[in-house]
Amino acid sequence: MSSTTLTVEINQPSTTSAWAGGKEPMNASYGKLMMWFFLLSDAFTFSALLITYGFIRYSHDAYEGAVSAFQFSQMHWPIPEKVFASLPLLHGVNAPLIFVGIMTFVLIMSSVTMVLAVEAGHRKDREAVEKWMLWTLLGGATFLGCQAWEWTHFITGSDEGVMMDSWKYIAETKQYGWVKEVYKGASLVQNEYGPRAFADLFFFITGFHGFHVFSGVLLNALIFFNTAFGVYDKRGSYEMVEKVGLYWHFVDLVWVFVFTFFYLI
Amino acid sequence: MAHVIEAHADTHAHAHAHDEHEHHEETFITKYIFTIDHKMIAKQFLVSGILWAFIGGLFSILFRLQLGFPNMDMSFLKPLLGGWIEIQKDGTGALNPEFYLALVTMHGTIMVFFVLTAGLSGTFSNFLIPLQIGARDMASGFMNMLSYWFFFASSVLMFSSLFFATGPAAGGWVVYPPLSALPQALAGSGDGMTYWLLAMSLFIASSLLGSINYITTVINLRTKGMSFNRLPLTIWAFFITAVIGILSFPVLFSAALLLIFDRSFGTSFYLSEIYVAGEALHNVGGSPVLFQHLFWFLGHPEVYIVLLPALGLTSEVIATQARKPIFGYTAMIGSMLGIAVLSFIVWAHHMFVTGMNPFLGTIFMFLTLIIAVPSAVKAFNYITTLWKGNIRFTPAMMFSIGLVSLFISGGVTGIILGNNALDIYLHDTYYVVAHFHLVMGSASFFGMMAGIYHWFPKMFGRMMDERLGYLHFWLTFVGVYTVFFPMHYIGMAGFPRRYYSFTGFDAFRIFADLNMFISAAAIVTFSAQLLFGFNFFYSMFRGRRATQNPWQSNTLEWTAPLEPGHGNWEGQIPYVYRWPYDYSKPNAEADGFTDYIPQNVPYSVTKNSNLPHENDLIALEQEEMIPEDKSLVELKHIKVGAH
Repeated sequence: MSSTTLTVEINQPSTTSAWAGGKEPMNASYGKLMMWFFLLSDAFTFSALLITYGFIRYSHDAYEGAVSAFQFSQMHWPIPEKVFASLPLLHGVNAPLIFVGIMTFVLIMSSVTMVLAVEAGHRKDREAVEKWMLWTLLGGATFLGCQAWEWTHFITGSDEGVMMDSWKYIAETKQYGWVKEVYKGASLVQNEYGPRAFADLFFFITGFHGFHVFSGVLLNALIFFNTAFGVYDKRGSYEMVEKVGLYWHFVDLVWVFVFTFFYLI
Repeated sequence: MAHVIEAHADTHAHAHAHDEHEHHEETFITKYIFTIDHKMIAKQFLVSGILWAFIGGLFSILFRLQLGFPNMDMSFLKPLLGGWIEIQKDGTGALNPEFYLALVTMHGTIMVFFVLTAGLSGTFSNFLIPLQIGARDMASGFMNMLSYWFFFASSVLMFSSLFFATGPAAGGWVVYPPLSALPQALAGSGDGMTYWLLAMSLFIASSLLGSINYITTVINLRTKGMSFNRLPLTIWAFFITAVIGILSFPVLFSAALLLIFDRSFGTSFYLSEIYVAGEALHNVGGSPVLFQHLFWFLGHPEVYIVLLPALGLTSEVIATQARKPIFGYTAMIGSMLGIAVLSFIVWAHHMFVTGMNPFLGTIFMFLTLIIAVPSAVKAFNYITTLWKGNIRFTPAMMFSIGLVSLFISGGVTGIILGNNALDIYLHDTYYVVAHFHLVMGSASFFGMMAGIYHWFPKMFGRMMDERLGYLHFWLTFVGVYTVFFPMHYIGMAGFPRRYYSFTGFDAFRIFADLNMFISAAAIVTFSAQLLFGFNFFYSMFRGRRATQNPWQSNTLEWTAPLEPGHGNWEGQIPYVYRWPYDYSKPNAEADGFTDYIPQNVPYSVTKNSNLPHENDLIALEQEEMIPEDKSLVELKHIKVGAH
């Protein structure tokens, strides 16, 4: 009879509670819940990557000395504002973090326009949804374009380059090996700005984030066309805008962390 | 019910089985292949899992032959293994040592992921969640279908990697770099490893699609009255498993992506300063220990992804077949939640010998040992549920009790291994192999078997043969103990895992006969599974017809028709009025019930057996639920028919 005392505790009356079954306890449709849980798992994917960044960076030496005397070297982790200090069309101008600042601003503004699209969706105002989705699309595409320039600049490198060991095919030994030469820019194997891990991590993590933005732009485009063709009017619900909006905000939020790790600290 | 109908309208508007007047023809393809019915998807996972289990089991027999009978002439395996059996100068055949490693690796990968994750969780979460919570299907039938087909694609890749000239992945199921990252390190680290990583990426996608669906379904689609404190423990287990999966698999995904880049695109996340065959590699700056951290952040929770569903199935089977309420329902949930939380903060106990700071190791030891507490709660609850129960020893019940036994005997050695000082000696020995094969491998396998024997009538409308079931149980139960128990001694003597041969070292020659014994036992145990395979596929078509509720169980799936169509219940889904463990309730006879009262029976009709607080609920249920509950008309029929 041990059970009798036990059931007293667990079978409390609760048919009126939101969690009693027969209704959606959080007033969220299954689709919205799924998006939230997906984002939760994606957050762990990015966390793993950023922890990888921390782990590898911590195992490298930091630069110690005056910032004004800083020079790129394989021996210490670079100061980000020395690496990312250029603007398109303004060659030779020292503008630390200005360009990435603009990129970040564009992406965050696209989140604002996304909020406005979702709000218009709640009012079932098709034209406003179209307008704000278009602005969001533009913001996303601009961010991707800026990232493409940022990558190109990083890969191309400085005018003068750095004398360093370069991984090359050596004809005499018929093997790959290290050769001293002036190297410009960065690849997955070499990096003029500092340890190669800096470039590896930069390409991998901003690339992985960029791929998320790219998927987001595709999803946003899908939503825009569905709206324009009246799919959501027919369905009587603009919830898809909200679901994709959740994804878009998440991608923005992740960028804030990526930006902090790669550019600020 | 409006939301359920709406949810379905979204995903598969055509498939409304609850409109009993509407018949729509399903083709072979929509019914058996690209199906969105959770029951058929569950069966797809189950059959795939069983096929994989036979492949994984066969691999273990192959490498056990090598370990037990090292001088054996293996040329008779040439038709199966081809070039991997090398003919020696004296004309005898020997297993290629690198292929031996590939067999070990694939055995681990297949059993952990393809059998005990997809085959176990995929089968029973899919099958039982909608049926036990009272839902027509999963929240998204389409994503559920995708989940299976991602798994299928992953299976195809993994299976095809077995046929490469360089063999499948061979760096161990944990695929530690640099062994796994450098194609020149090992034959299997070439294409085999690439396919392993691609297959696992697809597998992770499949697992996430499934888990997200399970969680959402449990939250949103419970029938009226099915509050969380009335959920069967199976559902709690699947729910918590899915949460663990959502939080840990993405980290493996990151780890795998980084490894793919190291292998194929020249990065150095895990690699630093390596010479292979006298040649210096360009990689600098990475750390192989980083991979271990990322891998075990999944790897340890994975143990519970494998084990918790088995424990959930066992809870249900033990309560039903002991004809008693589960002992400590709330404690069972609490311990599962405790295990889930702890599973994320103990991963480094797999890495005690990586050069970790001993103080940090002590913290991980402390957290690891705490897991013994919720685990012991569960073990004691099973035993106290069995205590003085009116036990019905069905094959499912035998396997459940077997699980409890294995869980205890395998868990105890976990306390020894979790100790960071003792682990320095025992790490990577057969002691570890013995430990996790008992507590994770065999226990979960027994849970899966319990689930199959118990829910077979619900899946196929037929019973499995009981005598074959008992034979299967006893051979397997005695078999796994005779295989894994002696391994503790070999491990204590210091013999390392993954070695091709024991006889090459004087210190281990004395174990030659013990190893022979283990190998012989493994062959017998594996052969016993053929009995199961026969029983399973034979009973599917020729088994005795089942009744609607053959185990006289309380949960909702047994109120559905014997072979439910898509939508599960004809007419309205039953409402739930009580918890699922009202077995042998005092005075139930006075209400016209025997030793069980199903969940869809209102307290209003069981006034003699109600507890005081249950009587208090009568007014509420009469006001809110009974007037709407159209399934109560059918219920009277069930009540009479149950005797």
